[in-house]
Amino acid sequence: MAKDDAVHAEGLVKKFGDVKALDGLDLVVPKGKVVGLLGPNGSGKTTTVRILATLLKPTEGTAYVNGFSVEKQADEVRHSIGLTGQYAAVDEFLTGRENLRMFGDLYHLASSYVKERSEELLEWFDLIDAADRPAKTYSGGMRRRLDLASSLIAKPSILFLDEPTTGLDPRSRLGLWGVIESLVAEGTTVLLTTQYLEEADKLADDIVVIDHGRVIAHGTAEVLKDQIGGDRIEVTVADFARVSDAQAALIPVFAGESMVKESMVSGPVTGGSTVLVDVVRLLDAQNIAIADLALRRPTLDDVFLSLTGHGAEDEVRN
Amino acid sequence: MSEMRTLTTSAPVAMSRPLLGWTIHDSIVIARSTILASFRIPEALFFQLIQPVIFVLLFAYVFGGAIPIPGGDPGSSADASLYRQYLMPGIFGQTVAFAAAASTVGLAEAMQKGIIDRYKALPMSQSAALIGNTFANALRQILVLAVLSITGYIVGWRINDGILNAVYAYLLLLLFAYTVTWVGAFVGLSVPNTETANTAGLIWIFPLTFLSNAFVPLDSLPGLLKAFAAFNPVSSLVLATRELFGNPTGYAPGVEPEFWSLQHPIAYTVISCTVVIGIFAPLAIRKYRTVSRR
Repeated sequence: MAKDDAVHAEGLVKKFGDVKALDGLDLVVPKGKVVGLLGPNGSGKTTTVRILATLLKPTEGTAYVNGFSVEKQADEVRHSIGLTGQYAAVDEFLTGRENLRMFGDLYHLASSYVKERSEELLEWFDLIDAADRPAKTYSGGMRRRLDLASSLIAKPSILFLDEPTTGLDPRSRLGLWGVIESLVAEGTTVLLTTQYLEEADKLADDIVVIDHGRVIAHGTAEVLKDQIGGDRIEVTVADFARVSDAQAALIPVFAGESMVKESMVSGPVTGGSTVLVDVVRLLDAQNIAIADLALRRPTLDDVFLSLTGHGAEDEVRN
Repeated sequence: MSEMRTLTTSAPVAMSRPLLGWTIHDSIVIARSTILASFRIPEALFFQLIQPVIFVLLFAYVFGGAIPIPGGDPGSSADASLYRQYLMPGIFGQTVAFAAAASTVGLAEAMQKGIIDRYKALPMSQSAALIGNTFANALRQILVLAVLSITGYIVGWRINDGILNAVYAYLLLLLFAYTVTWVGAFVGLSVPNTETANTAGLIWIFPLTFLSNAFVPLDSLPGLLKAFAAFNPVSSLVLATRELFGNPTGYAPGVEPEFWSLQHPIAYTVISCTVVIGIFAPLAIRKYRTVSRR
């Protein structure tokens, strides 16, 4: 039943002039879950979030957030959600504390509650020492934290995080992941868009892969990895000129299509680690020297590549 | 980042809904933040406060002797002092016209930084962001007018027609400031980025203020420009404030201005401000509902 899900969208279409940003997208986020929306730039991730956050009206289709229609019950939807976009949307001339107060007031919350909640969030996000400095003076990571804190002021049950860690250094990214994990532990539902597959792998219960405004795969990270096959072998040859000889020599071990990237040959294999011995033998017979040899589980990057034919961070424009 | 821990505040407490809906409450919240923020932008404060003061000094001491005011005695020191009396309401008018700049630049920035997107995802009144912003930028003109009035006093400008009329003059200036901030808001939401807001977005203010009687008597302008300037609300505003402050109007005693707008400058100013707000406030609010970062 559509109204029991945190997010339930069916057949979303969004046209900007002649460009179809969304082309019949279906999306379900069950209550209390983290769903990662994955796709290259321009695939429709942000458009989806903007429709669900009532910032855009869909051209076609229906969407319910917390059981409320995004078109007909926008205010009820807005009361249920917190939105953190790709850009730290805080007033940089106001201090951290003033920003939280402003957003709390705009949610029409009692000022005693806003005060108490602000202090709590400032402490939790490690912003107490900076609370009375204008946000202009904050580092990128601090601004993102203030941005996220601002969307949490009304304790929303559903959080939309649109590329929350894009542009952050690894340490700040880890810190933000920690915060998101503890919010989820408290029962917050999260819809997360990201280009970082590692992020989706770490945080999301379910992953929805979209491309050209349509869902092309969904499931847990493990299911998606299994879909494209099991283990892969990666052989880097010492002499770049012999990389295609190596690819030809290894045909007997590959269980599917192999590919060449610079001086590395990779492809799906079966049979576990014994295959490593075969690889060494086959290449030795052709006098091809090996610089590096590895057997690995597929990553979400592989999933992405095999599903869309391009990497996650490549630009796509139709 | 601190250790994971459960947040302790109880469930959010909503305020009771005020009589007039949330629009006034939300507008005040936005206005308060806009004013607070504006005092933390030194460039903007400089632009708003120092520039008009420089204008006063430049016009008073550089052009003062060169522009004859009807009723004066050209070349005499009394004439230069007369020009300063004549000049100050012009500077007041020009300065409040630039109140539009703060709305244009402020809203273009808020849009580019995603703050307007955030507002739109909040359960707040959808016109409050604009009402609050325009109101704050008009209100800030009180400070600007105070600084200008003191500067004017130092160079010899005086209020000659009583306090009550002076209060009317200041209120008229603030009404005009509030009017142009709505035009500025519409422009700020229509330009593609803050760079354009800072350049092309402000360019219309210059002809608006200079094609008027702010610095030179209208009769010194050629025919077509003169007609345009006569119906430019800046002219009626400046003439009205000259009359209300008891400063020289630029017309010799007993001479009637030839255009209706200047025969009834207060009425024409109030009417044109009402019409402009009536057009640009709905335009800006409609624009606000449809704009988005991408």
